[in-house]
Amino acid sequence: MTDTTTDLVRLSATETAGVIARGEASAADVAKAHLDRIGAVDGAVHAFLHVDAEGALAAAREVDDKRARGEEQGPLAGVPLALKDVMAQRGVPTTCGSKMLEGWRPPYDSTVVTRLRAAGVVILGKTNMDEFAMGSSTEHSAYGATHNPWDLDRIPGGSGGGSAAAVAAYEAPLAIGTDTGGSIRQPAAVTGTVGVKPTYGGVSRYGLVAFSSSLDQAGPCSRTVLDAALLHEAIGGHDPRDSTSIDAPLPPVVAAAREGAQGRLDGVRVGVVRELSGEGYQPGVEQRFHEAVDLLRELGATVTEVSCPHFQYALSAYYLIAPSECSSNLARFDAMRYGLRVGDDGEHSAEEVMALTRAAGFGPEVKRRIMLGTYALSSGYYDAYYGSAQKVRTLISRDFAQAYEQVDVLVSPTTPTTAFPLGSKLEDPIAMYLNDLCTIPSNLAGGAAMSLPCGLSPDDGLPVGLQIMAPAMADDRLYRVGAAVETALADRWGGNLLTQAPELQEKA
Amino acid sequence: MKTVEPDLVPYDEAVAAYDVVMGIEVHVELSTASKMFCGCSTAFGAEPNTQTCPTCLGLPGSLPVLNQQAVESAIRIGLALGCDVAEWCRFARKNYFYPDMPKNFQTSQYDEPICFDGATTVEVEGREFVIPIERAHMEEDTGKSLHVGGATGRIHGADHSLVDYNRAGIPLIEIVTKPIEGTGALAPQVARAYVAHLRDLLRSLGVSDVRMEQGSLRADLNVSLRRAPEAPFGTRSETKNVNSLRSVERAVRYEISRHAGIIDAGMKVTQETRHWHEDTGITTAGRSKEQAEDYRYFPEPDLVPVAPERAWVEQLKAALPEPPAVRRPRLQAGWGFSDLEMRDVLNVGALDLIEQTVAAGTAPAAARKWWLTELARRANEQGVELDALPVTPAHVATVQSLVDAGELNDKLARQVFEGVLAGEGTPEQVVEKRGLKLVSDDGALTAAVEEALAANPDVVAKVRGGKHQAAGALVGAVMKATKGQADAARVRELLLERIGVDH
Repeated sequence: MTDTTTDLVRLSATETAGVIARGEASAADVAKAHLDRIGAVDGAVHAFLHVDAEGALAAAREVDDKRARGEEQGPLAGVPLALKDVMAQRGVPTTCGSKMLEGWRPPYDSTVVTRLRAAGVVILGKTNMDEFAMGSSTEHSAYGATHNPWDLDRIPGGSGGGSAAAVAAYEAPLAIGTDTGGSIRQPAAVTGTVGVKPTYGGVSRYGLVAFSSSLDQAGPCSRTVLDAALLHEAIGGHDPRDSTSIDAPLPPVVAAAREGAQGRLDGVRVGVVRELSGEGYQPGVEQRFHEAVDLLRELGATVTEVSCPHFQYALSAYYLIAPSECSSNLARFDAMRYGLRVGDDGEHSAEEVMALTRAAGFGPEVKRRIMLGTYALSSGYYDAYYGSAQKVRTLISRDFAQAYEQVDVLVSPTTPTTAFPLGSKLEDPIAMYLNDLCTIPSNLAGGAAMSLPCGLSPDDGLPVGLQIMAPAMADDRLYRVGAAVETALADRWGGNLLTQAPELQEKA
Repeated sequence: MKTVEPDLVPYDEAVAAYDVVMGIEVHVELSTASKMFCGCSTAFGAEPNTQTCPTCLGLPGSLPVLNQQAVESAIRIGLALGCDVAEWCRFARKNYFYPDMPKNFQTSQYDEPICFDGATTVEVEGREFVIPIERAHMEEDTGKSLHVGGATGRIHGADHSLVDYNRAGIPLIEIVTKPIEGTGALAPQVARAYVAHLRDLLRSLGVSDVRMEQGSLRADLNVSLRRAPEAPFGTRSETKNVNSLRSVERAVRYEISRHAGIIDAGMKVTQETRHWHEDTGITTAGRSKEQAEDYRYFPEPDLVPVAPERAWVEQLKAALPEPPAVRRPRLQAGWGFSDLEMRDVLNVGALDLIEQTVAAGTAPAAARKWWLTELARRANEQGVELDALPVTPAHVATVQSLVDAGELNDKLARQVFEGVLAGEGTPEQVVEKRGLKLVSDDGALTAAVEEALAANPDVVAKVRGGKHQAAGALVGAVMKATKGQADAARVRELLLERIGVDH
């Protein structure tokens, strides 16, 4: 591998677009460099489930052709991207990490893909994930776990571990993730990357294979805050195909990221959530988090502690609402129209084929949640479980609303711990679920939230994520505060946190 | 194990011994251009699975978008049935597995219907019955299963099944009554009258094709019996998807006799769904509801709540067509029909047809005559509803105007209708092709008249002698000679003129 290609994969999305726009490299060269990088390191990382080299090169050439014709192109034209395998892309396998959809090629594009194409973004392929986005480690993928580029024996987070790992391993400068309870932010935190869960309704869900409709939200994964903002802007905004999409202009996220990069946060009021620290949090994580809070003060922000008393019930409410919706959303996987079919041998009835297929096609975590949700919705239990969980959801929204009367953004660690070893929590679902303690409240309330690197935990040398939360439709605040923190830390570290990651062994 | 059912009790004995309670659920397919949650066409009869998209096929990642026209139709139906319109309501998911349901849940409304608490009045044998309306809610239709290889077309015994998803996602409104009590022996007729009333109402609203034979309006009939009106409700059966007015009446009647037989035998009525068999006139057991399916309803998270603005609802209310209870007496008075005549008009479902015929310029009595005699007879022969005939009110108006102009007589007019029914074209085309014009050319008539006079000197003499009625024989001769294509009145005039007597 030449130095040039090595350089190309190390660029941020913003830099990559600049290189292509100035003609210093073609989009095709950029795509090839990334495909080479995938070929060299993905055997070890396993971020991708499907690499669409042909499609990527065709899209890249189109960008080059447009440039040759002098056509105006967007700020991400020619930039490669890794797409979480939960997002429908016409003609490209979309498995959701499940045997159930092995070989299924959607006949349509999700809105996110449509917008990426329109922006000239080059989709390299589909990334690994916990089956149907249920998990915090990608170990629940039917196609094997993804490995954390910082330490290949550790989890890259989940469910979007593939997208985060691809970005962290320089296989793509950008990725799309989806976040139902933290599936963008937790992987970002444990891989030292940036991940944003936009306001619910800020990015269209059309073509996002639903796990929990009222919580799912697609968003950007990247190595810098500005890159995330550019991707956010490319995919965000109202979509008439998604009834829950917000019909209002997208907040000015790119402008906010640029403003934040100027460095000062004077006048910004930051709240530290009292309930999201203390017992159960890894000391090294807490230490880096408190340093980040100090940094916010140094940058001019006013920091106060705020209390969100109902956050303690968030995890329980989440594990009723999300499984309930999933039990209904995943009912369609019944072997009748697409995907896996088991038992169609003339001996079994349609109902038996449905049952056999679902028994064979879903993994244990998906089955666990379908059963949980089916139970929670069943007659006689609905009020006690689903109904109560919805009430908790309202109380959590109220906690947020009260907090935002005093502060502009809230902060917490993104995860209680750094990346844990692969296999260490697989047999203990509750321990796995606790990873999402800090991220879940934003999903329940529908607000915006970001995770960005705030250093390496002194106890294990692994990345720690700082979570910034903002009210719905105030996503720009995340970018302003995030970019300011990022700039200050880069000055301190002499570059992006990822520059401190160990080099991955490249396969010749 | 299935036990043998006891004998039916004759209907009169059944209704003498028991008090009947009914509940009727009617599903109406709306005639919107596109489906409930996607842009696919709703046209009936297309090649299977050609009117589908990711959304109505329930493909992974697809999402519903509510058809606003369907919401408007639902509100108008509710208002026409005297319902309140919800200020805020949601869709819910009804979860159950079945191959004709692409998502394995039906997007419906559960405890928050868009319209609720109404009432409407029907008339049977001069008595008015108030039908209380529980709710009218929106939902999507399922696909249609075709079971191949079984004897009955039902899934049991079939080799394989085919599913057509063209129907999946067609907008439906389900109109549910509260228990209908106090109908006594008239229960089957009240049920029929109610469904007929809904059909007329929905047609006047222009929200549905209401073609029962195509399934765009179908009724589920709940029937139960109890010893006395004061007693608690008995166990009900639900006869599903009854799709003609006649069948509604027959199915209720049958179920009353069947329930009475079971109760008389000291047995218990099973709560179950039943299938109606048009050919044999009986119902048979379907799915037992003893292990009632748990549909695990919950609010549909992919759709936002529906909150119809009050001003809009008021606007829709103000623009509703005249209610039948007001419209009927108005039309009857305007047309000068007797109560008996009006009842016949309603019974054959000719009200709209006559109204449109009159609007096209025909005298009410003439319009009634054609629709209630010749055309009703034809419809009856063909076993279709009157409005399903290819003859339109405009056709009737044309034919009657030709009669009025003396170009057709009734006999020829009937032949014109015959031609239209046989697909020979418009009345004008049939007249042309069949050569059905009355002979009004006096030259041609005069020749026939002369011939008749010459051939019947004795009759001519009688007429001259003052026996004017004897002229009938001469008229007959002329009509025979002109193959009936002469205007008899004109013939009589010419004859008397030639004979030289006053007429």
